[in-house]
Amino acid sequence: MSLDYFLTVSVFSMINMILASSLNILIGYAGQVSLGHAAFFGIGAYASAILTVKLGMGYWPALLLSVFISGLIGLLLGLPALRVREDFLVLATIGVNFVVVSVFNYVKFFGGPYGILGLPRPSLFGHAFTTREYALYVFLWTLVVVFLVRYLSNTYLKLGFDALREDEDAAESVGVSSPRYKMYAFAIAGLLAGLAGNLWAHYMTVVFPDNFSFPVSIGILTMVVIGGVGTLIGAIIVTILPEVLRFARDYRMLIYGLIIVFTMFFMPKGIVGSIKGLIFGDTPLGKKRVEKVRRIAGAQGRIAGR
Amino acid sequence: MLQNIVNALVLGSSYVMIAVGLTLVYGILKILHIAHAGIYAFGAIFAVYLCEIGLPLVFAVTLSLILSALLGMIIYKGFYKHVLDRGRIVPLVMSVGLFATMEDLYRLVWGPYKRPFDVYINLPDVMTMDLYLSSRGLLMLIVTAVVIVLLYLLLMRTKLGKSLRACSNDLGLAGAFGINTDRSVAFAFLIGSSLAALGGILVGLYDNTVYPTMGSVPSYKAFVVVVLGGFGSIRGAVVASYILALVETFVVYYFGFLLPRDAIAFLTMILLLMFKPEGLFGKVRR
Repeated sequence: MSLDYFLTVSVFSMINMILASSLNILIGYAGQVSLGHAAFFGIGAYASAILTVKLGMGYWPALLLSVFISGLIGLLLGLPALRVREDFLVLATIGVNFVVVSVFNYVKFFGGPYGILGLPRPSLFGHAFTTREYALYVFLWTLVVVFLVRYLSNTYLKLGFDALREDEDAAESVGVSSPRYKMYAFAIAGLLAGLAGNLWAHYMTVVFPDNFSFPVSIGILTMVVIGGVGTLIGAIIVTILPEVLRFARDYRMLIYGLIIVFTMFFMPKGIVGSIKGLIFGDTPLGKKRVEKVRRIAGAQGRIAGR
Repeated sequence: MLQNIVNALVLGSSYVMIAVGLTLVYGILKILHIAHAGIYAFGAIFAVYLCEIGLPLVFAVTLSLILSALLGMIIYKGFYKHVLDRGRIVPLVMSVGLFATMEDLYRLVWGPYKRPFDVYINLPDVMTMDLYLSSRGLLMLIVTAVVIVLLYLLLMRTKLGKSLRACSNDLGLAGAFGINTDRSVAFAFLIGSSLAALGGILVGLYDNTVYPTMGSVPSYKAFVVVVLGGFGSIRGAVVASYILALVETFVVYYFGFLLPRDAIAFLTMILLLMFKPEGLFGKVRR
């Protein structure tokens, strides 16, 4: 196993972590399930590709601008969420994914099915990043994103998201404006997914429409679902699984699908949630265990007290 | 002009077949059954397989429809039924997972190839001055017309249809009045799945290709029809199928839109969801 191979896998898993954090803000925090997240990812990548290749911009201004653009478009694509809820929203986001990919595919400006080639690697003081430096750079961004999400979970914003997720009508009745928080959620998710798209595009140096098609959205959802809402372990598992199980490469969608089905079946809170539930008694099985422990402890307490 | 209308009718018929099952299931259980298109592909693939090993077409189609219906019921009994009480997102995500699994399974078993549906159909091609309709297209129109009539009779004239309509109106209340709701839902899956499979077979015949991912676009496009027709309304779904097909065909023909027709359909759906979520014919639901 060469170092380059290891670096590539870790760059992919870090980018997936950013994507998972981004979708997590929508699903885990604000309760807005999106199945079109690859569209946001793609918009970040294409924005950066067009800015650098077609308009000849440098990497750093393109980074800022592409992330800003994806946040803005995220805000725009979040508009359906103001009108529709739950499963209708999922449908709308699926639609958004298909429309965005077909725009990439059929509009000449976006390069059509052949995509855009020759994105530059970022450079600092005239020195272009090597693969090793790029991995470090992605790692720094991942840290920033992880800490940003951690920071957000301690802000008033998170409380608004919580209220929105638990009960939209109740949230409205105590003065939490649901459109406003939905827009915030979509904008932040768009920004982060755009960042991931940018990092991905400049690592691969090419972008194709197929990289952002609907199965990719399913992959991102799988990451959030199997890790459990609010965790990053799912992103690592989804990225590394096909690498570890080389023979299973061909069965990737099958494995994703089965993982989604069975996680929904047996542990709707994801791996981390289920383990936590088992320990703290949130799930039925865990409740049973905790009650048993309490009973034993209570019995011992009585014995000791006597 | 006439040609366009006929093309649109054929296209609309393919939408009817898949959308009816979806709207039946949605009307009763309020879940978006994305894996429905998995059954659509299964029906076509299995029928082609049976034809290839030498069974006569009618027999192959019947067997394939029965198996698809059972598959639909297994999906309900084995999967959805156990997660219905966990909100609407869980069955939906599960359905997406199921669909991905089914599609990949077909690819692995069948191979990623497109195969022709080589059978002889005892119907004439319709050919006049300004109209061409192949025998397979004719078959599609005839079968769909028969199916729509049968479906109407089933829903309006039989006890089963009455119970289905009652369940679709209010599942809990229907149960309280002594309707075996579990059985009705299972029947909805049986009927819907066999129709989807029939749709898959007819489309496979018409295009003369069958391949594992033939369900991916219809799966989401059928939802466009369901949204357009008003969720849960079968009559709406049938009318909406033809409207969508006509609009798509004519927009592409006259304006040469810069996006493919699927994108037009999805764009319509998004706009409709935003501005008129109850659909063109649906009642306002809470």
